[in-house]
Amino acid sequence: MDTKNLQTPGEMTASDPGAQRLKLVVVGNGMAGVRAVEELLKLAPDLYDITIFGAEPHPNYNRILLSPVLSGEQTIEQIILNPLSWYADNGIRLHLGKTVVDVDRRQRVVVAADGTREPYDRLLIATGSHPFILPVPGKDLPGVISYRDIHDTEAMIDAAQRYAHAVVIGGGLLGLEAANGLAVRGMQVTVVHIAPWLMERQLDETAGKLLQQSLEARGLKFLIGAQTQALIPGQDGRVMAVRFKDGSEVPADLVVMAAGIRPNTTLAEKIGLHCSRGIVVNDTLQTITDPRIYSVGECAAHRGIAYGLVAPLFEQGKVCATHLAQFGIGRYTGSQTSTKLKVTGIDLFSAGNFTGGPDFEEIVMSDPYGGVYKKLVIQNDKLVGACMFGDTADGGWYFKLLREGRTISDIRDKLMFGENNIGDVGHAGHSKAATLPDDAEICGCNGVNKGSICKAIKEKGLFTLDEVRKHTKASASCGSCTGLVEQLLMFTAGGDYSAAPTKKAMCGCTDHSHADVRKAIVDQHLLAIDDVYRTLDWRTPNGCAGCRPAVNYYLISSWPKEAVDDPQSRFINERSHANIQKDGTYSVIPRMWGGETTASELRRIADAVDKYRIPTVKVTGGQRIDLLGVKKEDLPAVWKDIGMPSGHAYAKALRTVKTCVGSEWCRFGTQDSTQMGKDLEHAMWRMYAPHKVKFAVSGCPRNCAEAGIKDVGIIGVDSGWEMYVAGNGGIKTEVAHFLVKLKTAEEVLEYTGAFCQLYREEGWYLERTVHYVNRVGLDHVKRKILDDTEGRKALWARLQFSLDGEPDPWFDFEKAQVDLRQFQPLAAPKESA
Amino acid sequence: MNDWTPVCRLDDIPRLGSRRVARPGSADVAVFRTADDRVFALLDRCPHKGGPLSQGIVFGDAVACPLHNWTINLADGCARAPDAGCTARFSVRMEGGQVLLDAAELRTLALGAFVPQVA
Repeated sequence: MDTKNLQTPGEMTASDPGAQRLKLVVVGNGMAGVRAVEELLKLAPDLYDITIFGAEPHPNYNRILLSPVLSGEQTIEQIILNPLSWYADNGIRLHLGKTVVDVDRRQRVVVAADGTREPYDRLLIATGSHPFILPVPGKDLPGVISYRDIHDTEAMIDAAQRYAHAVVIGGGLLGLEAANGLAVRGMQVTVVHIAPWLMERQLDETAGKLLQQSLEARGLKFLIGAQTQALIPGQDGRVMAVRFKDGSEVPADLVVMAAGIRPNTTLAEKIGLHCSRGIVVNDTLQTITDPRIYSVGECAAHRGIAYGLVAPLFEQGKVCATHLAQFGIGRYTGSQTSTKLKVTGIDLFSAGNFTGGPDFEEIVMSDPYGGVYKKLVIQNDKLVGACMFGDTADGGWYFKLLREGRTISDIRDKLMFGENNIGDVGHAGHSKAATLPDDAEICGCNGVNKGSICKAIKEKGLFTLDEVRKHTKASASCGSCTGLVEQLLMFTAGGDYSAAPTKKAMCGCTDHSHADVRKAIVDQHLLAIDDVYRTLDWRTPNGCAGCRPAVNYYLISSWPKEAVDDPQSRFINERSHANIQKDGTYSVIPRMWGGETTASELRRIADAVDKYRIPTVKVTGGQRIDLLGVKKEDLPAVWKDIGMPSGHAYAKALRTVKTCVGSEWCRFGTQDSTQMGKDLEHAMWRMYAPHKVKFAVSGCPRNCAEAGIKDVGIIGVDSGWEMYVAGNGGIKTEVAHFLVKLKTAEEVLEYTGAFCQLYREEGWYLERTVHYVNRVGLDHVKRKILDDTEGRKALWARLQFSLDGEPDPWFDFEKAQVDLRQFQPLAAPKESA
Repeated sequence: MNDWTPVCRLDDIPRLGSRRVARPGSADVAVFRTADDRVFALLDRCPHKGGPLSQGIVFGDAVACPLHNWTINLADGCARAPDAGCTARFSVRMEGGQVLLDAAELRTLALGAFVPQVA
């Protein structure tokens, strides 16, 4: 339902600032409701007068971190998310300690228990959940509590100082955290759990038993399968013992009911909103009964699910806020969730379908003595579930694989050993963030240490990886430390860090994914960026530095010779055809076919270095020469003087073709690798691609050209050529996959070209071949290149069509649309008299 | 009183692009043109690490620094959250297709060596 349909005369819109503001009332001052308000304030700060009711006497705090408060690792002050000043600064009227008891939906007025009345135009119900209280005799005795809020936590801390015996009913996440906290505070704790193993909804039996062992080692006692019959009062009227169905009893001065939660729908039911396992909402988080009323968080049932974890609540908050802000474009389509236990020293992680079954395959690693257990559940070559105990460093990675649904056939043999096993650099091989000291460097690209990440998470109330990236730059460049940052988030904010849209928007300008955009361009024959933005309802008039280059690439790669390249939508390097350096100068790398050069080329380079006073000359890793520190004004003259083609070292395009000397000189060489390299380079230079592309050709399996870590690597053997694809020598060293063995040089050209064209047509902008092939699977590439002869020839033909007549931007300025004005600064006006 | 002097015509600046005005001995000034032909001028130095803003991608009312992708508002020269910091802003006027800057500002504003902010 669209908000617009609901507007009655007199209601204002965002574009009508003079009119009276709409009234938004939020019932529930918890994480979900306040997050929705925060998102709304970002989008439309002036649209609403906002009033929030909270039943508790505290400002919004991080409920997930009650466990560390209970165990004494944090204080209440530390877990406050929005201090009272935040409400005041944003002009929010806050009613603390007031429970809303009724809503008059006809008059649109909210009524609290103390008689406070607030009228509304939009109402947001975020009442969270109730603990489930076992219906047993004695459930109302003093000393029997649930575990839900600050009040309960304080009651437990108080009881721990005065009493000895505690019984926790429920061996789920909440119950175990409560039990651990009470034990840390010195109580003797017995956990009563009716199911056959602990956390049966999050763990399989093996992991559940391992968890029990390690908690027993900390002094907790367990009564598994015991059924509580009654709570027995002592002479002072306070609870004294718990009695079970078999007649046995255990002493208990404190009983914590942690047998699950139920959506708090008391108010919603009273005012006639349809409830079924929660307040039923649609994809814009409006209640299906009354579109003026929204609901988010644990009380809301979306497509039959009421989520109890923070990431889904935040996703809901975001969608709800866009709709409240009258940008009715967002849809919430559900979340995948993962679980982690917040008991210091116990690492446990689960996500997806970790139980498996007859239609699933399982990879299991079990070391009960070492306390490590990992189970991965696979279906149709995809990871669908994971359950880990003892070593959860790769939980975030598995969860990512699971959400992305990418095929894992190519990494199946290494999957169990985690992401680090696939080889990455930049964080000294650390895998357990919690044990690192504060000064340990987490992000090697941006020099961010653990202390500053944790500080930002706490002080700025960050919950998602994206937020940490924005605020600290950690994991924002190469991304190899992402797993560590996710661990720090988990450990510091307690959050379920993985906000997990199944479809990732291209950027903040749109909800469309890269796939949507390319499909629209191809299907609707779109030829200009403006057409794309109009057709796909972009939120911004001319995009941003993120989407414009991507859209430009999709246009020119989908419609070669038709779509017109837009230089103003390219990153500076591709606009000035040189690499910008940190001081604003540029570097120039001319093309040296196959890494071969001549005396006259070298002489011209040397002369240019002298003439233009170029400070640094460096041999690159790709067998070329880099001239660094060239002034922008000098670029066209340097290109002209050197007289060699553009090396495209600045572009998302074919860069170098590295070769060994091959059979021409080498006593081991079996093939003429240098010639092969030159032929490949001549055939495919000027090829723009989603990201940079590097080739290498070696003349024998000694592989001196390091072809195993290139986008396409060709290795000569006595009987022909082996072709490898999707290798990478960067952040994650990934060895290229063997694709095919070929006989002739013509075949090498055809297959290499076909692979490149497939990548150009299917890769997302800024996705290297390694990530592209990981995403679509090597089998897909084989089907397209090896099994489908016609398709392969067509791909190669399309690439040749695209490249035919492509200009060299260093010489054919007009055709390459090089705006020469950029090289000439404007003169400052003459001194006026 | 402003001392308006022409530096170029509007057409000399590419749409969604910029030109830089050289100031011998001190940092250049970048003149930007938006999609709807509004013109802004900033010191050609990002407040982060001094990147030349004139080389960035212009979108909406902002430019993305080519070095580390900070987004700088054209109107006030300030970085968008969560980044923080501002670069000097210069007055601009349009008159009959000519882009004018204030000569006095060009002579006096932000002449000192650029000092990058400590992150």
